Amino acid sequence: MKKIMLLALALLVVLATVGCQRETTVIDINGSDTMVNLGAALAEEFMKANRNIEVVVSGGGSGTGIAALIDGVADIAQSSRDIRDSERTQAQTRGTLHEVIVAWDALAIAVHPTNPVKELTLAQLAAIYKGEIVNWNEVGGNNGPIVLLSRDTTSGTHVFFKDFVLDGAEFAPATMMMPSTEAIVQELAQNANAIGYIGLGFVRPAVAILGIKADDASPAVVASVEAVFDRTYSLARPLFFYIIGDITGDLKAFVDFVVTTAGQQIVRDLGFVPIH
Amino acid sequence: MPYQQRLVTIAGYTVLLLTAAIFLFLASQAWPFFSQQVDLSFFTGDRWLPVSSPPSFQIKGFMVSSFMITAMAIVVGCPIGILSAVSLAELLPRRISVLLRSVFEMTAGIPSVVFGFLGLTVIAPFVARTFNLNTGLTGFTAGLVLSVMVLPTLVSLADEALRAVPREYAEASYALGATRWQTIWRVIVPAARSGIIAAVLLAVGRAIGETMTVLMVAGGRLTTPGSIFEPMRPITALIAAEVTNAARHGEQYHALFAAGLMLFAITFAVNAIAAAVIVGKKEA
Repeated sequence: MKKIMLLALALLVVLATVGCQRETTVIDINGSDTMVNLGAALAEEFMKANRNIEVVVSGGGSGTGIAALIDGVADIAQSSRDIRDSERTQAQTRGTLHEVIVAWDALAIAVHPTNPVKELTLAQLAAIYKGEIVNWNEVGGNNGPIVLLSRDTTSGTHVFFKDFVLDGAEFAPATMMMPSTEAIVQELAQNANAIGYIGLGFVRPAVAILGIKADDASPAVVASVEAVFDRTYSLARPLFFYIIGDITGDLKAFVDFVVTTAGQQIVRDLGFVPIH
Repeated sequence: MPYQQRLVTIAGYTVLLLTAAIFLFLASQAWPFFSQQVDLSFFTGDRWLPVSSPPSFQIKGFMVSSFMITAMAIVVGCPIGILSAVSLAELLPRRISVLLRSVFEMTAGIPSVVFGFLGLTVIAPFVARTFNLNTGLTGFTAGLVLSVMVLPTLVSLADEALRAVPREYAEASYALGATRWQTIWRVIVPAARSGIIAAVLLAVGRAIGETMTVLMVAGGRLTTPGSIFEPMRPITALIAAEVTNAARHGEQYHALFAAGLMLFAITFAVNAIAAAVIVGKKEA
C-alpha cells in the first residue's frame, strides 16, 4: 500500500512538472563574457516579476553568441562589439536583425598595485601594445619589461581594443592571450610588470587602474561610470543585444525591462554605465 | 563462425571505422583551407591573426609549443613514473602498494581544470619567483603540471607490465646468485621493456592532447617561443580558445581544423613509431 502511495506521489510530481514546463517560456541568451553577469542579474530580477518566463544566460564570447543567434540556438546574442558584415549577412537570411544598446562599458587599463606609473596617454598605450614601448622606464616607471595581457581573439573586448586603441594595427607578438578577464585579473594581481585591459565591472582592489589621457595636453581620467557618462573617458563602448526577427511577447517584455529605470539600475550596480 | 565471434569481430572493426571517420571528417573540414594555400607558410610561419584584415593563419608557433611542453612533461614525468612503477611492482610491501595504486588511480580522476587552477594560482607564481621570470605563465609551468598529470597513465601501465613478467625469470635470476637489485634492473625491467615503452608513448599522447590545463597555464603567446621559459600556446589550446568563435565554414574555422589535422598526424606518427619499436625489439 505504502509503495503504491509513493508511486502515486511520484507520478503526481512528474505530472506537475510537466504541466509547469508547458506554461513556461524560455528565453535563451548567449554571448559576451563581459556581459554574462549583467545578463544573469537582469534575468534574475525579470523572472521575479515574470514567473512564467525562464531566462537562461550563458557566456563564451561575443562571436559565440552571434553564431548561436544565427544558428537559432539563442534568442538573444549579447555582444560587446558591433556585428561583423559577414555575420550580418548570415543573420539576415533568417529575418530582420535588431540591434539594441543595453549599456555602455568602460575599459579600464589595469596594472599591479605597486606599479609607480599612474597614467598613460592613448598614444603611449597603443605603443605599449604594439611592442614599440617595451620597458616601464620609457613611460616613467621602474626598469622592468612590460608584460602584455590581452583577451583572446574570441572576445569582443579584444576586437574593440584592436580597433579603437591600436587603430587596427596588430598586437605585439609578445602579447599573452588570456582565456578570460578573470585570468587577466589573476595575473595582474601577482605580476608587478603586467598591464591588461578589463571591463569596469571586473575592477578589484587587487589591481590598480591607470588614468588615461586623450593626448599630452588633456587631463588624466580614471575609468568610472561618471566619466563615461559625461564623455570625459574615451575608452568606452556600447554593449548590444542582437535579436533576429520580430521582438514580440515575452522577448519584448524582457528587452523592455532591460531599458527601464529598474533594469538600468542593475546595469549601474554591476559597474556598467547606463544608457540614460 | 558462431554469431558471438562475429559480434566481437564487428566491434573490433567499429573502432577502426570510427578512427577512420574522425580522420576523414577532420580532413574534409581542413581541405578548403589547404586547397587555397599556395605555399608552406602554414607550417613555417608564426603569424596567427584571425581578426585582422587580411587574416593570417600560420601554426609553427603552436606546433613548437606543443612539442616543447610535451617533451618537458615526459622528461620530468618518465623517471618519476617508471621508478614509482618499479617500487610498486617490486619493492614495496603488498599492502602499501595496493593503497598507492588506488591513490594513483584517483589522481587520474581529477579533472584537468583543477590541475589548471592549481597551476595558475600555486605553480605559476612559484616558477616566476624561482627562475626570476617576467611571468609564471610559461611552457615550463605547463610542462611541470602536465608531468604530474601523465603519472597515472605511466605508473599504472608500467606497473602492469612489470607485474606481467613471469615469476620464473626472477627465480632463475636468484638461483644464479643475483641480488634483488640486480634481478630488478637486469632481468625484470628489461623483460617488461616493450610494456614500459608503450606506457611512455601513451603518456606522450596524453600530454600532447591535454587542453584545459595548457590553455590556463601556458601563457597564450601566439608566436614561436624562443625557450620553454616563455609564454606559449600549444595546438590544443589554440583550437579550444578559438573554435567556438570562428564563423562556421569561414577561413578561420577551416584553418583550425587544419591545425587539428596536424595534431592528429603527430599523434598518429608517435603511435606508429611506438608500434614499430615494439615489434622491432621483439623480433631482435
